[in-house]
Amino acid sequence: MLKTFPKGGVHPAENKVTASKPIETLPVPKTVSIPVAQHLGAPSTPEVKKGDTVKAGQLIAKSSAFVSTNIHSSVSGKVLKVDKVTDTSGYRQTAVVIQVEGDEWDESIDTGKELKKDTGLTGEEIRNKTLEAGIVGLGGATFPSHIKLSVPKGKKAEVLIINGAECEPYLTADHRLMLEKGEELMVGIRLLMKALDVEKAMIGIENNKPDAIEHLSSLAGKYKGVSVHPLKVMYPQGAEKQLIKALINREVPSGGLPIDVGTVVHNVGTAVAVYEAVQKNKPLIERVVTVSGESLKNPGNFMVRIGTPVSELIEAAGGLPDDTGKIISGGPMMGKALNSLEVPIAKGTSGILVFPENKAKRDKPQNCIRCAKCVSICPMGLEPYLLRSASEREMWEMVENERVMDCMECGSCSYICPSRLPLLDYIRLGKSTVSKIIRSRKQ
Amino acid sequence: MSDVVVYSIVSLSVLGTLAAIILYIIAQKFKVYEDPRIDKVQEALPGANCGGCGMPGCRPFAEELVKADDISELNCPVADNEAMGEIAKILGKELGEKTPLVAVVKCNGSPEHRPKTSHYEGASECRIATELYRGESDCPYGCLGLGECERACKFDAIHINKETGLPVVTDEKCTACNACVVACPRDIIELRKKNKKDRKVYVSCINEDKGGIARKSCKVACIGCGKCVEVCQFDAITLENNLAYIDSYKCTLCRKCPPVCPTNAILEENFPPRKEKKKAGDSAANKS
Amino acid sequence: MSKLLTVSPSPHTFGGDNVKKLMYGVILALLPALAVSVYFFGIGALVVTAVSIISCIGFEYLIQKFLMKTEPTISDGSAAVTGLLLAFNLPSNLPVWIIIIGALVSIGVGKMSFGGLGNNPFNPALVGRVFMLISFPVQMTSWPEPVAARTQYTDAVTGATPLDVMKEGIADGVPVSQLMGEVPGYLDLFIGRMGGCIGEISAAALILGGIYLLVRKIISWHIPVSIIATIAVFTGILWGANPEANADPVFHILTGGILLGAIFMATDYATSPMTAKGMWIYGVGIGIITVTIRVWGAYPEGMSFAILIMNAFVPVINKYVKPKRFGEEIKNG
Repeated sequence: MLKTFPKGGVHPAENKVTASKPIETLPVPKTVSIPVAQHLGAPSTPEVKKGDTVKAGQLIAKSSAFVSTNIHSSVSGKVLKVDKVTDTSGYRQTAVVIQVEGDEWDESIDTGKELKKDTGLTGEEIRNKTLEAGIVGLGGATFPSHIKLSVPKGKKAEVLIINGAECEPYLTADHRLMLEKGEELMVGIRLLMKALDVEKAMIGIENNKPDAIEHLSSLAGKYKGVSVHPLKVMYPQGAEKQLIKALINREVPSGGLPIDVGTVVHNVGTAVAVYEAVQKNKPLIERVVTVSGESLKNPGNFMVRIGTPVSELIEAAGGLPDDTGKIISGGPMMGKALNSLEVPIAKGTSGILVFPENKAKRDKPQNCIRCAKCVSICPMGLEPYLLRSASEREMWEMVENERVMDCMECGSCSYICPSRLPLLDYIRLGKSTVSKIIRSRKQ
Repeated sequence: MSDVVVYSIVSLSVLGTLAAIILYIIAQKFKVYEDPRIDKVQEALPGANCGGCGMPGCRPFAEELVKADDISELNCPVADNEAMGEIAKILGKELGEKTPLVAVVKCNGSPEHRPKTSHYEGASECRIATELYRGESDCPYGCLGLGECERACKFDAIHINKETGLPVVTDEKCTACNACVVACPRDIIELRKKNKKDRKVYVSCINEDKGGIARKSCKVACIGCGKCVEVCQFDAITLENNLAYIDSYKCTLCRKCPPVCPTNAILEENFPPRKEKKKAGDSAANKS
Repeated sequence: MSKLLTVSPSPHTFGGDNVKKLMYGVILALLPALAVSVYFFGIGALVVTAVSIISCIGFEYLIQKFLMKTEPTISDGSAAVTGLLLAFNLPSNLPVWIIIIGALVSIGVGKMSFGGLGNNPFNPALVGRVFMLISFPVQMTSWPEPVAARTQYTDAVTGATPLDVMKEGIADGVPVSQLMGEVPGYLDLFIGRMGGCIGEISAAALILGGIYLLVRKIISWHIPVSIIATIAVFTGILWGANPEANADPVFHILTGGILLGAIFMATDYATSPMTAKGMWIYGVGIGIITVTIRVWGAYPEGMSFAILIMNAFVPVINKYVKPKRFGEEIKNG
């Protein structure tokens, strides 16, 4: 029996058409816009101004709070402006716009390809490097990684979980990374283990990536304490709490963090980024992005500099098809629809999906027929139908008591609903309203 | 047969009497004293239960009115002065001064002025759309047109105009209950002082972007140029965050500011037509 | 790119099921039972089914169009399902005018008066059926003989259902072993060679339909299994205590409306609980009430009443029976 989480989940069509496409490096674009808010938490403070020249890897915005991180220039060139640019959020946010001149990297970065296995650094130093390099969770949540690495007092991490599930349809960025940078990933995992002071690391991979499972299993023998675990193909297998439940059968308490059950979860992309930051001194300035969609001529996986406009990526994938109806940053279940092609790729952008018009439209919602499918598939054991109607009627107290804050917005309820009700739209509204109410109560 | 009829009539009557006695005893025993004035006040109130007064409904407001020593701060936005006067008479208390207000929509971004740049598809609620992104146009401040205000209005006073996609207030019906103001997630609607013949002069924009950006996203956006501030002789206009604001309590409706606005962001409504546009502009220029 | 990009909240992909597909799935699952019925009861079964479906759809259309003034939604198939299920609960010799009245009560009172699809607290087909049973007790309890009634409609040869025989026999003090000789054998009961409502006779066809519904994930297994298991256990205890005064569980399950009720009627979306735990409570309740009515009540069959009674409890069950929340109890294993 393959490991999986016990309750709920859906199985959307996988559509992993780019699984066999090796990672291509996208040429450096002409200009990049690097938003200062690419992570969860406080936006970083810009350190450069108009007219400054910067090198790739140079710090351009500094961590401004405990939950924040550094941001580096992904290219070399001249700062055109520090201004508001439309980003993934659909609003204009502050960003550093850089005109590219050449491709000169900061001297401290080791651009060599050879694998550096050993490290003399202590756990503390690895943590600091993670903050310095501006590493955030690359699975999409973009939570600053150095915070996850500092275990709070009184808690103890027992096992490190590496998330290679990639349960979102279409996306193959992590899959390719596991295949092509397996060794780097393993060293990254060892570094994370050292930082967390744990003896055991488990890599969870959905069973639709047999080549990655095989490749990493063969490497795992050489790295002490690392093991690979195939998982049932079931969305949302890659959700943090579900993954922990599947792998070590512990339930993160409601409102709690993985560390409460003695574990820390990092994405495979994050582990590779940690390797590069610690061993090669390279900050997080590029990432793998899957560009996919039925009508794209040349879908693929690309190594992209942070701040590259989406339009450049779509060009590389064969240009924008005529029937384009929707462009999504991320996967189809949790990704964000973009309202502009000039949105820059951020640290958390795992994929760009181009959907034709017929898939972009939603069906007209009907009455709730109370089929209970949403209740049966909710991986968090919530009742989406109830949360929706309560949110719609602004019964916030009830919404809160029905544990809306446990919702991780995986989208399974809206996906399954035969009446095509926008369940998650309303639940999200309930969640944001309730969190405002909770915050005002604390004050 | 007749026996059956007699028995049923007798037994039912006995049962009915018994029940009535029990109910009477219970009603007496558990009687709660309530100030009879509460009922009277409630009757005098409009009974719309709109919540405009800040209470959950008319009954709690009536209780509050009876309880309070000073009712000048308590105000039902829906009731006219006559009704409030009657309440004051019932209670024998002094009324506060009430300025009539009216809801004003401060966005003029019809598709003609504010081109659509994307198409929204999702639950048809402004609150949801505004959390998702800046909306179908490039203006992150403007009206989303999904009708949250229309649904919130209990008096049928605000409706989305199908052509412009913007809400329109019917001044006669508006009771200034504040429901639409609360409902709008973008704070576009404001309660402003009601003037004679429903005349108004206001900046129909809340865009705080810098001039260039605002202008790009909407032709009739306030670009914060400050010309109106200069022309106003009554200190009614302030400029903050690239946005002009006309204080409806200070504004004298002199209509000097609308002609000087380069983007036509200041609207004047329900005025008789200007005699000659040129002349009005000239005189405004001379005085400044 | 000439058109504007569409922006909507996630998710951006959707499952294949919609209301229409689910409803037509139910209709498909009911067809084997209809086929068996037409085989045994002939034209009567066809006429009753057709009249019931057509009048249910007609009433839904008329009510939505002229009373509720909304866009008619008859194409979603839910009115057809109600019509088909109503017909399945009727004898095949029922006159047309009674069926039309029943359909009006089903759709008008049972469904639309509560706001239509998804808002009705009681199973509409059963509301209609129980209304007819109380209003037209004679016509509703005359059962055409299988096979013999094939070419007849209202003038069909009638007889007693196995449940009638059993109920009256036990009431008269006839031992069950003797009564078992008077009712059809288990194989006939399984195939459906007996008197009864149109849809309820063939256990085989209903189980086949039930398997299809489970495989298509149109229903979950909790409700049918809990109802049938409860009835089996309850009647098993009674039978074990006194085999001469009580029929055995197999007889109980194969006769009457238990399978039709458990698989198709009790699983009606709007009128059944939302959580698995709630479904168990609901199913057990239906089982207990059904057996109670069958053994001690005035009617030989109690499935319709049992489902309607438990329907009334569904809002309470939904309110108090919550799914197990993830992370509610900290289990570290």
